[in-house]
Amino acid sequence: MNANFGELFALMFSAMLVYNFLLSRFLGMCSFFGVSQKIDTAVGMSIAVIFVMVVSGISAWVLNLLLVAWHIEFLQILVFVLVIAALVQFIEIFVKKTNPVLYNALGIYLPLITTNCAVLGVVFLNLNQNYDFLQTIFNTVGSALGYALAIILFASIRERLSIDELPPVFEGMPAAFITAFVLSMGFMAFNGMIKA
Amino acid sequence: MANQNGETNLAVLTAGWIKQNPTFVQVLGMCPVLAVSTSAENALGMGLATLGVLAISNLFISFVRNIIPNEIRIPVYISIIAAFVTMVNLLMHGYTYSLWVSLGIYIPLIVVNCVPLGRAEAFASKHGPWKSFLDGLGMGIGFLGAIMLIGITRELFDAGTIFGYHIWSSAYNVFVVALPPGAFLVIGLYMGLFRYIGKMRSQKKVQGDESK
Repeated sequence: MNANFGELFALMFSAMLVYNFLLSRFLGMCSFFGVSQKIDTAVGMSIAVIFVMVVSGISAWVLNLLLVAWHIEFLQILVFVLVIAALVQFIEIFVKKTNPVLYNALGIYLPLITTNCAVLGVVFLNLNQNYDFLQTIFNTVGSALGYALAIILFASIRERLSIDELPPVFEGMPAAFITAFVLSMGFMAFNGMIKA
Repeated sequence: MANQNGETNLAVLTAGWIKQNPTFVQVLGMCPVLAVSTSAENALGMGLATLGVLAISNLFISFVRNIIPNEIRIPVYISIIAAFVTMVNLLMHGYTYSLWVSLGIYIPLIVVNCVPLGRAEAFASKHGPWKSFLDGLGMGIGFLGAIMLIGITRELFDAGTIFGYHIWSSAYNVFVVALPPGAFLVIGLYMGLFRYIGKMRSQKKVQGDESK
């Protein structure tokens, strides 16, 4: 616990802006292109992802202590995937009982998070960097907020773009990729913010 | 067996190459395609790893498809895929260490790649082992082809080389292609190009039919 809060916030902002999950690490691409046609669905998806990411990031960190203690690190992939799947199922049941409005808003996006590589990605990134508990929390929250920021921005652009006339061969997916290219270029400007 | 669902083995094998290409047509499993396509070598490693996992997990899931209760099939599929990904991860750690380092977290992330799970759900849970294996192989080849195409393009325009072999001088380099945004650009342009080619071909076909 020797990292001070300034460093922790730097970690959070670099995870959010400089190493943005969607635009520079390319994790969670399926949802990035799949649910970004409308701002509403993008917002719903981001809320679900923030929730699952933070909870599974913390539980994976705790579980890894057990795996290391028992010398079964080779089971990491299997264990974490099952933990995330179970967590998503649990959250789904919990939200359904306690907050039906939010449950309906999230719809099918909640179960789909199991196969969202952003969630498993943040778990493995935390482990590879050997973060302590606080660093794990700040990095996970930063990554989750970065995911939300990028997908909501992207959805806004796509919603505006959908009423424009485009060259026919670029309509739909190709245009979405070119849009992502421009957005990603914009995020590269944040590179200067954090010293390597 | 050969005509179980009216599809020949050859049709099953080749479906994923172009017509249902996982990357360019279905737009599934994009994370590794975007992230590790910075050089042809990385792309080849990632493509082969995914191909292996796809073919073997499809085969295995098809063998056990009748004894898995319907309600818990997704967790079972994920566990099976995770087991094979773990094997691939350990094999690559042991035999191709430098490649393992440069692919990093994207090897364990094959588990949550939509393509293996998607094929398990859409194909292997309904077809026999041999066909499922062919389907996994075909989709894997489609994926490998797509990621290689992007990897070669990005390496060529970044360093003027392919697999480290010198092709042209660095004067032709486009700086942005090697950076993260370049991945989006290259894929977007290829998608546009393929759609243009498809359109030209269907127009030619229509004209040909009319002239008859």
